Amino acid sequence: MSTLTSNYLAPTGREEAWRFTPLARVGGLLDASTDLASVNSIKLSKSYADVKLSHKSAADLPAISASDDLATIRAREFLKEVTHIEIAANSSISEPVVLERTNLTGAAQASRTLISCGVNSHSTIILQNTGDAILADEIEFDLAPGSNLTFISLQEWGAKAVHLGRQHAVISKDATFNSIVVTVGGSLVRLLPTVEYSGPGSSADLQGLYFATDGQHLEHRLHVDHNVPNAKSRVNYKGALAGDKAHTVWIGDVYIRANAEGTDTYELNRNLLLSDGARADSVPNLEIETGEIVGAGHASTTGRFDDEQLFYLSSRGIPAEVARRLVIRGFFAEIIGKIKSEDIENRLMERIDSELAKVGA
Amino acid sequence: MSTLDIKGLQVSVATENGFTEILRGVDLTIKSGETHAIMGPNGSGKSTLAYSIAGHPKYTITGGSVTLDGVDVLAMSVDERAKAGLFLAMQYPVEVPGVSVTNFLRTAATAIRGEAPKVRTWVGEVKEAMAALHMDTNFAERSVNEGFSGGEKKRHEILQLELLKPKFAILDETDSGLDVDALRIVSEGVNRVKANSDLGIMLITHYTRILRYIKPDFVHVFAAGKIVEEGGPELADKLEEKGYAEYTTA
Repeated sequence: MSTLTSNYLAPTGREEAWRFTPLARVGGLLDASTDLASVNSIKLSKSYADVKLSHKSAADLPAISASDDLATIRAREFLKEVTHIEIAANSSISEPVVLERTNLTGAAQASRTLISCGVNSHSTIILQNTGDAILADEIEFDLAPGSNLTFISLQEWGAKAVHLGRQHAVISKDATFNSIVVTVGGSLVRLLPTVEYSGPGSSADLQGLYFATDGQHLEHRLHVDHNVPNAKSRVNYKGALAGDKAHTVWIGDVYIRANAEGTDTYELNRNLLLSDGARADSVPNLEIETGEIVGAGHASTTGRFDDEQLFYLSSRGIPAEVARRLVIRGFFAEIIGKIKSEDIENRLMERIDSELAKVGA
Repeated sequence: MSTLDIKGLQVSVATENGFTEILRGVDLTIKSGETHAIMGPNGSGKSTLAYSIAGHPKYTITGGSVTLDGVDVLAMSVDERAKAGLFLAMQYPVEVPGVSVTNFLRTAATAIRGEAPKVRTWVGEVKEAMAALHMDTNFAERSVNEGFSGGEKKRHEILQLELLKPKFAILDETDSGLDVDALRIVSEGVNRVKANSDLGIMLITHYTRILRYIKPDFVHVFAAGKIVEEGGPELADKLEEKGYAEYTTA
């Protein structure tokens, strides 16, 4: 029994951070009476030159960032081992490094991974999340000066999966972090793509798409902490919803601290409701402590695929189901195109098409 | 040779106070190659006629029939009507964010023709049609009708007419919101399609201006939900001079 759990108060749902989440469905991940099993849940799909994966004791590889997220705090508390993935300094990895999940049992588990990108390294990493895990998962990214990482996180979970995750990047001088988060699977996914900077000239581009159908709860809570001067961030998340009780939540917090002069930030969230009974919450927050910035803005829109659009497309001979597919593909094309993989694009769109067909939308 | 036959068409629309009858028995027959101008004051039901034939769900058919070469159009879904050869150029084309004009046109052409157009000839076909309508090539990459000016929306409707090659086109107030140059370009597009395909046209308009460019064979005056007078092109000249007063003060 850990020190934390002895004093631990599970969230009630009244907390700002948990007010949207269906806590009854988190599968024990936040329950004081449930211990989380420590698991090394990430493996390389094959070996790659200049990429090293090792397991270290949690004590030897502590977290590089602070977190007040309860799922993360609980995961850290129970962890015995951490997975460490290192991209060699000055390496340029030509093909995407594909990571897969492993050792997931369906019981409440905790996993932590540190991805360290060496000085001036250049890489793309794709994480494929599949199966029916119940997982509190933390992934930290330590981007050394001048490094460039594109991290693609594909939540293609099974229908029962519960995923409470944090993906936090610490971006140092002149480093670039590109994140593409795609969430189409799982019963409940609550992901925290978050960013802080440790040197000027650094940049983060956070892109995401989510697609929720019947009863799915997909929540993305972004946080960009502009804590250094002259850093840049872009956030663009797009979501579509279809079917009864599909629920998505997007929170976009951008914090520009007093010392963060020269900050350039813009965040955008767009949602497309494809049927009645679905609900999209979208909450952009911009907190600015200095006026000496290049730019700061945000926008949030939620629209319907309405009868007039359907009529217009149908009146040109396009059958209703093709019309819906066309609209969704078009809506997601901007994000999905950035993955730069036709195989993944087709796989994701096929999944979206088949789930649309299931809910009869 | 095809025939679009409208007989005794009665149409209602649901309102807060129950159903309101808008069309009160419309009779109209259009054959291939014919241009029929439907002229009438605002609120007379001209657009309801157009949308009812195209199958807009807002309208309930309460009587009469619409057939295309003897086949019941009213029994068809909206997309089936388009496949059967009907085309509605809308007064207010709908924005479809995220769907590019290119993708939209190709999907529509695939649906109408029953097979995907061959890439090589298709690209040329679209380019040529766009050039004829004085449309910039970057137009193809924009989202359907999103942020289009009034003139761009109408050109885009006529572009579809050119590419989808229907048997009958219903042009609903295509002239509204167009300046003289755009009106000429759009009208030339309609005339070009007609010359190439023996298109039958139902041209709905409030003003006679467009009739200088698209010559009607028949003119029908529409008032209070039905056709109240019919004639040749000379009837339009009378309307130009005297307006609709005599039809609305009954």
